[in-house]
Amino acid sequence: MTPPVRIAQLSCGPDYSGVQQEINEAAAAVNGEIFFPDVALKDITRDFASFGLDVRSPDLKLAISRAKALVDGRVDADAVFIATCFRCAEAAIVRNELRRYIHEHSKLPVVSYSFTERTTAGTLLTRMEALTTIARRRALLARETQQGITLGLDSGSATTKAVVMKDNRIIGTGWQPTTEVMKSADEVITHALKEAGIKREEIQAVGTTGYGRFLVGKTIHADLIQEELTVNSKGAVYLADRQHGPATVIDIGGMDNKAISVMDGIPGTFTMGGICAVASGRFLEMTAKRLGVEITELGPLAMKGIGRRVPMNSYCIVFGTQSLVNALATGSTREDVAAAACHSVAEQVFEQQLQEVDIKEPVIMVGGTSLIEGLVFAMGELLKVKIVVPPYSQYIGAVGSALLASGFIKDD
Amino acid sequence: MAKVFIYPATSLILTDMVTRFGHTPLSSAVAIRERIQTAGLESVPLQITPEEPKKGLRWAAVEVPSGVRGRMALYGPMIEECEAAIIINDADMAFGCMGCARTNELIKFLIRQKEIPILDLTYPKDETEGVTFVAAIKRFLSELEVKQ
Repeated sequence: MTPPVRIAQLSCGPDYSGVQQEINEAAAAVNGEIFFPDVALKDITRDFASFGLDVRSPDLKLAISRAKALVDGRVDADAVFIATCFRCAEAAIVRNELRRYIHEHSKLPVVSYSFTERTTAGTLLTRMEALTTIARRRALLARETQQGITLGLDSGSATTKAVVMKDNRIIGTGWQPTTEVMKSADEVITHALKEAGIKREEIQAVGTTGYGRFLVGKTIHADLIQEELTVNSKGAVYLADRQHGPATVIDIGGMDNKAISVMDGIPGTFTMGGICAVASGRFLEMTAKRLGVEITELGPLAMKGIGRRVPMNSYCIVFGTQSLVNALATGSTREDVAAAACHSVAEQVFEQQLQEVDIKEPVIMVGGTSLIEGLVFAMGELLKVKIVVPPYSQYIGAVGSALLASGFIKDD
Repeated sequence: MAKVFIYPATSLILTDMVTRFGHTPLSSAVAIRERIQTAGLESVPLQITPEEPKKGLRWAAVEVPSGVRGRMALYGPMIEECEAAIIINDADMAFGCMGCARTNELIKFLIRQKEIPILDLTYPKDETEGVTFVAAIKRFLSELEVKQ
């Protein structure tokens, strides 16, 4: 049996929040093992003083000492999980600085998270899976070209996508809203195969990702079942032809968002989630519906409007919708409302998530929402960079899966 | 005999002194060890569940971090029960330590709000201060006994 990936936990508060067991379970589910780097009391005082961040909480001083022990090589680990209480300002500063410090001074993959007592193992699972994948499968993630004939499937919360690839080219695609997970998967696969002119038995390897990856992966006997953080990173740099050096990948999804700091196609630090659905593609769907346009028309509509004419910056999808309705009722144009909705989503992602990763160019936006040009424009304005949207960006997870799955093609 | 809350609640020395003077220490049974191999400096051996932060709402509002509320579920009842308290400020970690500064601020505030005998000291920096420090605690506990 493969030895577990050793994940060093640097934290403040998970035990007294009652979530330590959830963290342990999430790690164990992906063959990871949480451990607390062993440091001496005298080390804490010394390391804390040399780090230079003058915090008051002793457990945060302990976290700083443990980070230094990892960077100095006094303690061995395969990956790092940094977790502190949600709503603690002092801890947020430490969490952010430790993430940056470890990222800059070591090759250890890091994920940071702020928990509440409601945090469950399920919430943490994808993050832990990504951590263990990066630690365990570096060779697989180093793959830069697709070979043979492979199928990639992304069973997302809002849409299901499939691509068929052959000799490093996309030759078939399928896309549809997710209803029943397996039914949607079957239909997009059929569509992609038909478009590619390929029979199912000709496929040499299959990869799945997204929320439904386990169910679909097991049913269709996938060679690779992989979370979307590593798969999307790989797919993004592959499609944008930026496989070497740093990059930042932003994927605003139907249910949650991913912001990933990538080096040579491998995630270094990443965040996943968001406080509320108002920071997700779901809000843009609702906006489009309220404005009476297809989601595909929302982007061009937003490009004709001026977002700052409409106040819309709520953390909550209900209040966000209320702002939208109020604006229309008081005479705002549909164009301005569409622009404001795009700006609001971009701003929420910027405020809530992009502070936790180092933004390095190129910034690549992927996923279905990257086709909403108003959103891409708003994000570019906030970050003050030109955003790259690669071709097939809406198929990012499926492409990443097909690319990585080709590593499983048997020589015979 | 009085019920005496001690801060830091993990101080074995204070717990022992309170007991020696015939009082009941209200403290945590967690010892601070030379090497730290647990999540926090004073991680509890018993299993805290997500219910504890909810119980902690009695002492801290929902916008207060869950770690503070979880700790308050443990220490809040002790503070309510205590008849006297000893607070040692800026203690060395080895003397006794509680991991969260915000909880520490709240605990000390709640104790100081109570109309009970309180000994509020700063941890000694040298031997001379140490002698005075121990004498002050002894005197406080002795007088507490007399009053009782």
